Amino acid sequence: MSALQGAFRRELIGLGGVVERNAYLVKRYVWWEIAWFAWSVANTLTIVFIAKGIEAAGGRLDVNRQTVILLIGAVIWAYLSAVFEILTETVAWERWEGTIEYTFMAPLARPTHLFGMGIFAVLYGLFRTLLLFGLVALFFDLSFPGANFTGAFLILLVASISFIGIGMMTAVLPLISPEKGTQLGFIAQGTLLVVSGVYYSVDILPGWMQALSTVSPATYALEGIRAAILDGASVASLWGDLWPLIVIGAASIPLGLYVFHRGEVYAKRHGKLKRSG
Amino acid sequence: MNAVHVSDLRKEFVRRDGPGLRLRGRRVPALRDVSFDMERGECVAILGQNGSGKSTLVRLLATLLLHDGGSAEVFGHDVVREARAVRRLVNRVSVEASFFKRMSSAENLAYAARFYGLTARDTKNLIPEILGRVGFPAERRGEPMQNLSRGMQQKVALARALLTSPVLLLLDEPTTGLDPRSKLEVQKFIRQVRTQHDATILLCTHDMDEAAGLADRVGILDEGRLVCLETVEVILATYEAETLEQAFFAATGRPFDDEQEEKEDA
Repeated sequence: MSALQGAFRRELIGLGGVVERNAYLVKRYVWWEIAWFAWSVANTLTIVFIAKGIEAAGGRLDVNRQTVILLIGAVIWAYLSAVFEILTETVAWERWEGTIEYTFMAPLARPTHLFGMGIFAVLYGLFRTLLLFGLVALFFDLSFPGANFTGAFLILLVASISFIGIGMMTAVLPLISPEKGTQLGFIAQGTLLVVSGVYYSVDILPGWMQALSTVSPATYALEGIRAAILDGASVASLWGDLWPLIVIGAASIPLGLYVFHRGEVYAKRHGKLKRSG
Repeated sequence: MNAVHVSDLRKEFVRRDGPGLRLRGRRVPALRDVSFDMERGECVAILGQNGSGKSTLVRLLATLLLHDGGSAEVFGHDVVREARAVRRLVNRVSVEASFFKRMSSAENLAYAARFYGLTARDTKNLIPEILGRVGFPAERRGEPMQNLSRGMQQKVALARALLTSPVLLLLDEPTTGLDPRSKLEVQKFIRQVRTQHDATILLCTHDMDEAAGLADRVGILDEGRLVCLETVEVILATYEAETLEQAFFAATGRPFDDEQEEKEDA
């Protein structure tokens, strides 16, 4: 085995180790996982019932369509939040546990470490989302005539790349500021929630918010998935949402790695790479 | 080639103080032109009070900090320019055991091992073997770390460090806070590591007996300055002292238990 192959093998083993560790943590916090999932189901139901509530109050709307729009918004946001939060916690959790110095002094390339977190986040998020979608759909008599689930899944996967990149950028915040970093990550996530049209069309937003929505990958993910499921849009006709996701993904991953690298250098220079709590 | 070569190493931290948001930064030196060498297989103990710069030195050698001046090399690799190469050679045990508390010892070790390129097949037998060597009971391997005593956790920390076969082992107060029995067990294990492994050990401690008992040479680090680094006999002779405590007083002008405040910016 050449030195290059050996190095590549070590990185792959390390990447697997990051995924493995997160799987251990899910297993060890299984009751919290169940509690969070139950909360997600309850939260999603309260949102999706809004469509029926408007009808009951005398509003006129296509209840099935509006219910699916809300269901997609809530479920996809739950998925993107899971991906985003797992990436954001890359540093915060290790700092809290006190393992941060051991992880950062290990001979693993930082991109491998971050991609390991990203891969776990996507696998975990997909599993949780499919379960959430299936469970919540049981409460409603929904029909999906002609839905293109393959196209919706493709959009979700491509959008995940962008969210991994943005997650890398927010993961650096607790590295730079142990006290305020995690809070800033929540603010970034909240901003995406407001401007991305999770429960409404972005057209109703003020102009400056619409401008922000054009750089949010969640905007295109939600539009594309709704078009695929509600209107049965083919992969070709989803291109309008796919290409911005590809562009944002292609830019956000290298940018995320660069921002994280700069944050790590800053933390090492200022002695911030250590445990707290 | 020296195992460790440190030359005029300098590190400062910015401490911010002041009321509310009006924080002012002032630079506080943590290491001031520290120079020393370590031979392969040697054990060097660095004695110093809290805030003397011991942990900063360890963290610089572990590539967790960037220095402000001078240089440090581990087996010829610069700790800044060749950090990845250094990381493959170094491991560390610190005063806090630092584990994922809900995960078991076996799971924590498996996670650490993957980062050093060890597969599940590699660690299947290695982890039980190494935990056995540090005296960790086999029946407790599956228990969450939070259920274990500090002494037990520190044994797992030693096992984690040895799992990756480091040629430079950085021990940053590994016995601080342990009960006397656990302390003796950890010290016994450090002696074993010295005799059975090809490991160079840098031990930072405030325990003078530990330093004298384990190390070939002892250094005194005071307010970021390495005052001396010699064998215990030479130190005692130089300062005309009968104990290391007296030698510390003679070298620094302060008794050893006169603690300094922590210098690193939190």
